[in-house]
Amino acid sequence: MKPFTELNGVVCPLDRANVDTDAIIPKQFLKSIKRSGFGPYLFDEWRYSDVGEPGMDCTNRPLKKDFVLNQKQFKGAQVLLARDNFGCGSSREHAPWAIEDYGFRVIIAPSFADIFFSNCYKNGVLPIVASAEIVDQLFRECATQKGYKLRVDLETQTVRNPAGEWFNFDITPHRKHCLMNGLDEIGLTLQHADEIKAFEKKHKAAQPWLFA
Amino acid sequence: MAGKTLYDKLWESHVVREEADGTCLLYIDRHLMHEVTSPQAFEGLRLTGRKAWRKDSIVANPDHNTPTNHWDEGITDPISRLQVETLDANIKDFGALVYFPFKHANQGIIHVIGPENGTTLPGMTVVCGDSHTSTHGAFGALAHGIGTSEVEHVLATQTLVAKRSMRMLIKVDGQLAAGVTAKDVALAIIGKIGTAGGTGYAIEFGGSTIRGLSIEGRMTLCNMAIEGGARAGLIAPDEKTFEYLKGKQFAPKAADWDKAVAYWKTLQSDAGAKFDAVIELDAAKIEPQVTWGTSPEQVLAVGGRVPNPAKENDAQKRAGIERALQYMGLKADTPISEIKVDKVFIGSCTNSRIEDLRAAAQVAKGKKKAASVRQVLVVPGSGIVKRQAEAEGLDKVFIDAGFEWREPGCSMCLAMNADRLAAGERCASTSNRNFEGRQGAGGRTHLVSPEMAAAAAIAGHFVDIRSF
Repeated sequence: MKPFTELNGVVCPLDRANVDTDAIIPKQFLKSIKRSGFGPYLFDEWRYSDVGEPGMDCTNRPLKKDFVLNQKQFKGAQVLLARDNFGCGSSREHAPWAIEDYGFRVIIAPSFADIFFSNCYKNGVLPIVASAEIVDQLFRECATQKGYKLRVDLETQTVRNPAGEWFNFDITPHRKHCLMNGLDEIGLTLQHADEIKAFEKKHKAAQPWLFA
Repeated sequence: MAGKTLYDKLWESHVVREEADGTCLLYIDRHLMHEVTSPQAFEGLRLTGRKAWRKDSIVANPDHNTPTNHWDEGITDPISRLQVETLDANIKDFGALVYFPFKHANQGIIHVIGPENGTTLPGMTVVCGDSHTSTHGAFGALAHGIGTSEVEHVLATQTLVAKRSMRMLIKVDGQLAAGVTAKDVALAIIGKIGTAGGTGYAIEFGGSTIRGLSIEGRMTLCNMAIEGGARAGLIAPDEKTFEYLKGKQFAPKAADWDKAVAYWKTLQSDAGAKFDAVIELDAAKIEPQVTWGTSPEQVLAVGGRVPNPAKENDAQKRAGIERALQYMGLKADTPISEIKVDKVFIGSCTNSRIEDLRAAAQVAKGKKKAASVRQVLVVPGSGIVKRQAEAEGLDKVFIDAGFEWREPGCSMCLAMNADRLAAGERCASTSNRNFEGRQGAGGRTHLVSPEMAAAAAIAGHFVDIRSF
């Protein structure tokens, strides 16, 4: 996993609530057995006016010009600004894979769906929960300031706007540690293999039917 | 000392270790797998030279990509076929307790086959790279969906890194009217709490209505916990649960059975257990439900009318309604009963079990689908469900009504195989998600119960099953 420490990135505003993972990456692209290459199909049905198929070369596909990702000023954006319940629906990790592959490293929203939220951390994407008031303000600023950027610093857990105003966000120490160091969580867990084995032995003695 | 909730009991009995910040290593008893969310996890194991920690925890089966007809032709889409063959190869290399390859007599939707063979049991932790894993909570198991990185983590370590959820109790009391089903209860709950209402929570469903539901009805309800935002739905096991499980292939036997049942009886929230949120519903007030929009929370009783955005004061919500109406091709204030359907889908991990098929068949018996309805798909949840339905003659009822009787699989719930809606087509569906494009790009989905879906197929539009 790519470590995440800080960035100063262009913000792309996606002003709708309940964006589901079917919208983030439609089902036909889930047929891939790879982890990479999903970026060109991110938000496929909202982004292109034809029907996308896996393996399609997207460079000449017809674009839906109104969709934010297709607008010139948001090219190269690294921060996705979203509304409530972002990432609801299916558990597909292809959603954060597509988001990361496209180039986003941070998503700011008032709330996220649980599974998507957890999937982000495994892929070097930082989901930041901000109050509805702050998110409203960021949408307003993004609409009125050309080339609007936010500076995100994981060490100090702060997001700073171009005017220098900032807010703090929460993250568990465990997730912060893994994200900042780009750590393989499996390796960390296997350091406790003896504890897992000891638990397993006790568990099996108490409920042998679980080990049929 | 305050009592414990069912969730706390399940959680605490699986904690291997806990960090100071509350992050836990949670032991996983059952790992369900399908072909879509597992290939990258196995690839990860290969790249790091790791093995599966406990292959006998794995129950696997392809379901998303598999066709539901022309099985003799195999899987014709080469990309789908590769994904299914990749699961075959991965299970061959890493092992499993149960594996039903494509066309196996017992193959089906992973959330149908687990309970069917007793590999889902009360007191277990159950995970799967699939959000509808919440289904298994119907047995008093702590069951939830995980991402592919977590699939790899569970494969390699038999644990999950997780933090305790908050606890919500949804209490439903009273008698459901005839024709009102577990699906309607689920949709009514989501209508009340919203699709994010359960975010951060594990939901326990309790009350006399829930106790009165069959095990299959309980699965339908827990299945849709995720549509209310909760990763896990739970129902305390009771005599019905034990009765359902007794004699199943992987259920405990002989002395173990008695010991297991004694333990399972303790899996209930204690009197006085504290919940972080409590929601109450009166079953008598729940009517047959139909979704009108592109989120499961956009739902109404069948007697209702499509909402009018002009009456919504909140700008964000108003925009949401307008967008949904536009996508769905609906006019504000249209009565639900005037909405005509082009296709009907009866199936999915929500509603493809034998009781669902019996309910749909009872409505369809001796009738014909409306001429205006292009296609009615009936897709059983598993090979076992299919054979049971055929033994009862349900297949004949469906075929005589002009419905198509298919092979088991996920099918048009998410349209990864050839079963899908064309752009603009409108479908009455017993599945769980009405998101934009879910059943096919541009397709329009209305979520309903199996009874309501069958009735819409006959009438050509939505009808109130209570007066059908």
